[in-house]
Amino acid sequence: MIPALIYLAIFGISFAVVYTIRARRGRNDFTARKTVTFGDESAVAPDRAASIFSVITIFLLWGIFTGSSLVPGWLHMPGPFAGVAEFDYTARNADGDTDTATVTVLVHPIDQKPEPLEVDPGDGWAKNDNALVGIWRSGLVRVDRNDDFTRDDGAEVIEVNGQPISPGGEVRTDFGRIAMSPKGTLNVEPAKGWQMEPIWLPSPEAVFARLTEIAQEGFRGSTLWEHVGYSLMRVIVGFFFGALVGIPLGYAMGLSNWFRGWFDPIVEFMRPVPPLALIPLVIIWAGIGEAGKIILLFLAALWIMAIAARAGVSGVKISKVHAAYSLGASKWQVMRYVIVPNSLPELFTGARVAMGVCWGTVVAAELVAAEQGAGMMIMVASKFQNTDIVIMGIIMIGVIGFGIDVLMRMAERWLVPWKGRG
Amino acid sequence: MSGLSIENLSMRFDIPGGGSVQALQNINLHLKEGELMSVLGPSGCGKTTLLNIVAGFLAPTEGKIVMNGHDVVGPAAERGMVFQQGALFEWMNVRENVGFGPRMKGMPKYDMAEKVDHLLEVVGLKDFKDKAVYELSGGMQQRVALARCLANDPDVILMDEPLGALDALTREKMQSLVLKLWKETGKTIILITHSVEEALLLGERLLVMAPRPGRIHKEYRLPFADLGVNADLREVKKHADYNSTREEILNMIWNMEEEIMGRAEESA
Ligand SMILES: Nc1ncnc2c1ncn2[C@@H]1O[C@H](COP(=O)(O)OP(=O)(O)O)[C@@H](O)[C@H]1O
Ligand SMILES: [Mg+2]
Repeated sequence: MIPALIYLAIFGISFAVVYTIRARRGRNDFTARKTVTFGDESAVAPDRAASIFSVITIFLLWGIFTGSSLVPGWLHMPGPFAGVAEFDYTARNADGDTDTATVTVLVHPIDQKPEPLEVDPGDGWAKNDNALVGIWRSGLVRVDRNDDFTRDDGAEVIEVNGQPISPGGEVRTDFGRIAMSPKGTLNVEPAKGWQMEPIWLPSPEAVFARLTEIAQEGFRGSTLWEHVGYSLMRVIVGFFFGALVGIPLGYAMGLSNWFRGWFDPIVEFMRPVPPLALIPLVIIWAGIGEAGKIILLFLAALWIMAIAARAGVSGVKISKVHAAYSLGASKWQVMRYVIVPNSLPELFTGARVAMGVCWGTVVAAELVAAEQGAGMMIMVASKFQNTDIVIMGIIMIGVIGFGIDVLMRMAERWLVPWKGRG
Repeated sequence: MSGLSIENLSMRFDIPGGGSVQALQNINLHLKEGELMSVLGPSGCGKTTLLNIVAGFLAPTEGKIVMNGHDVVGPAAERGMVFQQGALFEWMNVRENVGFGPRMKGMPKYDMAEKVDHLLEVVGLKDFKDKAVYELSGGMQQRVALARCLANDPDVILMDEPLGALDALTREKMQSLVLKLWKETGKTIILITHSVEEALLLGERLLVMAPRPGRIHKEYRLPFADLGVNADLREVKKHADYNSTREEILNMIWNMEEEIMGRAEESA
């Protein structure tokens, strides 16, 4: 809730600031002279400043809610209480005598186990106590255990820091909260603050540190590049075979009634089946090894490429085919010089979609079962609550997926520059 | 017999839901080698259908096309076609488009390059050889289409509204170019247009077709094409007979359109 509000606030404020500055400076490009921009699609382009602010905001929110050293300390959300805390309790024994003693609590980082602090027992029948509680945790403290009259003798704690407390009740202190269990044990709960515990959300630098660590030392017997390489290799091999079968199939469907009729039911049925739904069947048939994964990706790419090739063939303008025949081309030449090149833009669009789907599918398949791979890495890490590895893996999967798409688009611009310009 | 004969040609389209359209009925026509005939008529009168049958893309329901003594059964390099825009191959540059026909025949590279260069010079695109076709204006694209057709050295050139999508000025320039190429190459040309002016200026013979069923309504023999070869087309339009013929044909087509509308109202 609070992160969402901060996010909206930054969104609004940065918008206001950027537009005010721009209005001061004055713009005079073509769009600025348009009076109708709402509804004019060509007047809407991504505002680069907004993109920059957007990315910065995400890291900023991430940083301030994890106490990251990448953002200045005064921006941090209040962190959890750490260090030494003290509170007094007052106990009353069976005879009605009361006495007060002090509890010293050392709130320590959860990955350390320090020695308890030495405390002087003090005078009176209630003795001073010490306790250890981890940051973000809480701990039960039997304050009566070292007293002259314990719970078994009929003594009970009636006040904390001078405020009355009873089983089920609680008292707020300057460092957090003391609650009393139904049996009368005190539960010390230091304030958790607003920052996220690393086990839920590690800081950006922790994720980055994990990236360098895994890049150097590997994870589960394989280096980071091997994990990523396995995933990519599966995608490329699966896509390659999918295209190898799918493109000729699509061409045949675009050129022959019989092929179109024969394969239409199959393709139209398989098209809406998400490849993820095939994982269980593929595992039953081909096991969890490489073969199963490649068959899965082959199937994922096959229908997409077949449909793209079919669309590419059907999309050829009849006047182009007629022109080629009147220029003396044979059937084979029409295929080679008109139908195939004409279908290339569609094929590229299909290939981009197929690569995206394959990348998503391989990660999902590796989540289910794999020895190596980006998906396997985050799945195993999540079992051990290595949230930093999980987040690092998700970011990497995203970056690689984006990289694939960028590469495909570059190849498209280079290989089919005529796309959309016929 | 040399030239192109259209003999007792009829074409009926069966409509999938039942019924049929008589697109052409009993067309007879003979074109001598080197004649330029323009075809005019209200839309839907079967002009495109006629041209597609001559090109060999459609088989007529009755009659036949005879060219230089043999029956036409399909498309062939002897009958070149120039379409309205959009029939160029955008994956090839200007040079490759023009050289397409020769390349399909397996002409040696060197001869082909020479031929392409020459034709691009003729149509005034010599500096655009290596441009992509989508970088050219509409008029230039039609010049490429003309050159591509000529590169194949066809006996007959069929044009289906080749200048229909061009602006008035570009169109006038292209009309002069068509006349020039016609005279220089001596090709037989059938040119479909829906512009009466264009039909008058370019047609040595002018065929007016009537709709439902598509048939030949009237044929003219006109002097304007020959005049236009060596003169400014605007001068030709000042010729004494030009305006009267134009009025006559416009009236004719106007009446056909009225009749179509009338029939539509009756049946409604
Ligand atoms: N493939 C077809 N199927 C059915 N009817 C057609 C087909 N092609 C053309 N027609 C009909 O034949 C007539 C002539 O069409 P067309 O030759 O395109 O006319 P024009 O080129 O003179 O405008 C029209 O009525 C049209 O609807
Ligand atoms: Mg037409």
